[in-house]
This record gives sequence, structure tokens and C-alpha cells, in this order.
Amino acid sequence: MKVDEKLVKQVAEIARLELSDKEVKEFLPELKEVLEAFSALSKADTKGVAPSFHPIEMKNVMREDKEEECLSQKEALSLAQHKKDGYFQGPKVVE
Amino acid sequence: MRVKAFVAGVEKGKIDAFKNIQETVKDIKKINKEYHYFNEISDWLALAQVKQKKKGKLSGVAVSVKDAICVKGVESKAGSAILNTYKPLFNATVVEKVINEGGLIIGKTSQDAFGFGSFNVNVGNKMDIPLNPFDKKRACGGSSGGCAGITQKIGKAHVSLAESTGGSIVAPASFCDVVGICPTYGLVSRYGLIDYANSLDKIGTMGKTVEDAALLLEVIAGHDKKDSTSVKSKKVVYSTFVKKKVKGMKIGVLKLGKGVDKQVVHAVQEGIKKLEKEGVSIKEVSLPYTEKYGVSAYYLLALCEASTNLARYCGLRYGESGKLGGHFNEYFSKVRSAHLGKEAKRRIILGTFARMAGHRDAFYLKAAQVRTKIIEEYKKVFTEIDAIVCPAMPVLPLKIKDIDKLSPLQNYMMDILTVGPNLAGLPHMTVPVMKMKGLPIGMMLIGDHFNEDKIIQLGSWIE
Repeated sequence: MKVDEKLVKQVAEIARLELSDKEVKEFLPELKEVLEAFSALSKADTKGVAPSFHPIEMKNVMREDKEEECLSQKEALSLAQHKKDGYFQGPKVVE
Repeated sequence: MRVKAFVAGVEKGKIDAFKNIQETVKDIKKINKEYHYFNEISDWLALAQVKQKKKGKLSGVAVSVKDAICVKGVESKAGSAILNTYKPLFNATVVEKVINEGGLIIGKTSQDAFGFGSFNVNVGNKMDIPLNPFDKKRACGGSSGGCAGITQKIGKAHVSLAESTGGSIVAPASFCDVVGICPTYGLVSRYGLIDYANSLDKIGTMGKTVEDAALLLEVIAGHDKKDSTSVKSKKVVYSTFVKKKVKGMKIGVLKLGKGVDKQVVHAVQEGIKKLEKEGVSIKEVSLPYTEKYGVSAYYLLALCEASTNLARYCGLRYGESGKLGGHFNEYFSKVRSAHLGKEAKRRIILGTFARMAGHRDAFYLKAAQVRTKIIEEYKKVFTEIDAIVCPAMPVLPLKIKDIDKLSPLQNYMMDILTVGPNLAGLPHMTVPVMKMKGLPIGMMLIGDHFNEDKIIQLGSWIE
């Protein structure tokens, strides 16, 4: 695995982050060091071991498909800076 | 003042709760000017609540709340500038439970942004680093640093709602010489907690004494249908386990690796002697797999989860926004880049990388498999003992300027003793054991799942 400036920029783009050149230069050696250290996991013997996505056993929780009380439209919109006609207003999605 | 004695005083009419909270608010404001423990002081809320004269286990008691836990109408930003102006429209379940027992919410405490740190120095843009109550040049520990600092500094009856993902309760409690309890994963509802990593986050408590912290835990524990990961557990009155005889109980003293400060090791040995005196038997235990792979497995899982959780901060529905314009990806990137801090960016990039096609199996999935083996390693140890004992932090409270010199990896390695119980979802607590050169050292007790009562019982003989 080659961790270079190009990769850092690519990952940042996927994560919707704009990094300055200075940030990329600063992050690169740090990320390399961390990833190299974490790669030690490859030596751990996990053959046939099931992954744990939670520390204790979890059961799927279902509920009746019934209408319940929730935030009103006005409340839900009350914290947004950009709104219009009872909707959140966002940037253009379709050109 | 001890919380139970205070509440009894209020109920008997010997303490005027209104006057007391007024004085508490005054004290808090004064302490905050010097030590920066709060991101927001909600004196108006505490004063409105005291007038309702609600009776319960926390009648009139001041309760501070980690910034990541939502309080209705009070700016709650998880220590990050991207959530500036976010005033939740609802209370977290734990906050609701505290209010129902008569607790008064006095404010939101400082933390590393989104819990991303072990020292509470990774605070959000334009926020102040909280200072250690014993030496202002040193850190409070993190990420629940504000909770620990104010718990130490305030003289009035007070408890704090803290939160841990990888050690964020016991680390600051240890650095600030207070008691911190992190419960079993799922014992306490996470509804209303601003997530760091869902499979690791736990809301817990801090207090000046084991009894205070245990009392708050019994208030907030219990199943909540609003949190699908909360567990249907039996109701336990934790504070009644304080000073219950421990004769015949068994503890495992964790064999420590190199790199743990000798003074810290010595302090914990002193704590163990206290337990021995009460008739607790001791044996040495080791967790070689956890020691070897714990930090890597923890950080990979935590960062993968964090990178998806933080995707929601895009400047649309709440928090900071920007000028609308351009393509939506451009807009999201601009808002996120301007308001997320350096450590958040670092962790998002690491987590995103580890989830990418081609890396997912080697990092994320592998870490989850390692987690299974870590859980099994602990479970095996707990067939023979009631609790594991070790320090919470490998070092004494560090100077803030020295923390600045640590690389991210060196920072992450500081969690070597706390990531294990957090990965395995085990209850753990820290109790002040002694001071060295005026700096506090906490001793950590780790119990098996849902054995909070046992560690509370043991811990109460150490303070």
C-alpha cells in the first residue's frame, strides 16, 4: 500500500474535506506512521473468528408500523439557516 | 458535600435548594473563568428547574453534562465548532432521568471535539482548553475533561454526566482525582448522545466519591426503547454496594508492560494493599492479546465508525452553514473543512481509508475479529476473579506543552490501558488512590459485563 499525497487527497475528497497543501503535507507522515502501526493487526491470528460489531450480543428491535409523535415540520426546520417554503434549502444537486 | 447527605438536607428543609443553586452557579462562573471547564453555563435552566421543587434522588443537586449529551434548548456541540448554535429540540434520555429525580442542569462541559482525544486539548475552534485543578500547566485528561475538572473543583453537591468511547471517563477522572464510572455497553441509553462510535460509546458518571458516582448511575441505568442497543437489565441500586464487605472477593492484578510510569505503578500497589487488608485475595493476570492488538483494533473500529457518523455535518439542517452556491459536494466540503478541527479531519481520513474497497477486510473487518478475541480473553479471566485492577493512565497528568509535542500515534498509545475494557464493553471505574508530587493517580477496576455493583463495592474501600 502506497500512502502518498495523492492518496490523502483522494480519501479527503471521498470524505468531503478540502485539505490545504499545508494540511496534506502535515497529515501525510502522521497517517503513514499510524497506518503502519495499525497494520500490526495483520499478524493477529483470527482464522475462523466471527467479527464483533458490538461488545455484547445485540438483538434486532422491531416496533409496530404505527404513526408516532415526532418533531413538527416547524421544529425540524427551526435550526436550519437555509430554508424555503417549509423545506430545507440546499445547494444545487442537478446541473 | 456528599450528594446523599445534601438531598436528605433538602428534603428535611434544612438546606434551601434555591439559595444553594444560586451560590453554586456563582462558584461555577468563578471557577470557569480560571479553569475553562464549561462550554456553556445554563444557570437559567437550573434556576427554572429548582423552582419546580421536584423531589427525588437528586433533589436540588447540580448536575453538569458533557457537551456531547443533548440538553433541550442549551447549545450542545460535542466540543466542535461545526455544531455552533445547535440547541437540541429534545433531552437525551439520561438528562430526562436526571431532571425527573430533581437534578438541576448547570451546563455543558468542555471536551475534545467529538471525544477525539485523551487529554482534552483538542478543543473546538475558539474554545479554551480546560486546566488541571492541581496544576494549571497540565491537562485535565480527556475527553470528558470538563466533567472531571469541575467535579474536583466545586465544593457544593454536584455530579457529572460523562461519556467514554475508549477511556474518556476514567482518564480525566484519574487526572483530576475524582471517581469516574463507565458502565457496561448498553446499560445506559445513548439516546440523545452525539455519536463518536456507536459500538463503543457509553454514557457514565463522575462524582467526588464512589457513592456519588454510583448514585447517578442508578438514576440513569435501564432499558430505553429509544435506543435499540440498550439492554433489558435488572434494576440495581448501585449506591448500596458502597462499603459492603469485600472479604473473600478476588481481584486480578494486571501484569503491566513497559512504559507505565513507576510512580503510577507504586500508587496502584498501595491501592491493592488496602483491598488486601479487607480480605480480598490477589492474583496476577495477563491479557497478552489485548495488550498487543487492543490499541490498533480500537482505533480502527472507532475511526471507521466516526468517519461515517461525522458525515452528517454538512451545513444543512443545524450547526454551522455557509453561503449556498456551487455544486453540493463543494458546499459540503467547504462547510466541513472550515469548522471541523484538525484531529477530526485526521480521524475522518483514517476511518474513511480503512473502510475503502480493498482495505475494508484488512482493517475494519480484521479489527472486529480481533475484538471478538479480546472479549474472549477478558471473559476467560473473569471466570476466576471479580475484577481486574490496573492504572487508568500510564502517566501522571501531562503538561499541555508536552502533549503538543506528541505525534498522533503517541497520543493514541496513551490509551493502552483503557481501550481493552472499552472494546469489550466492560464496566470500569477509576478511584483516586494517592498523589505523587501533588499530582493525582487513579486506580482502575474493570468488572465483567453488568458487574458494576462489584467494582463499586471494591472501589469504595480504596477511596
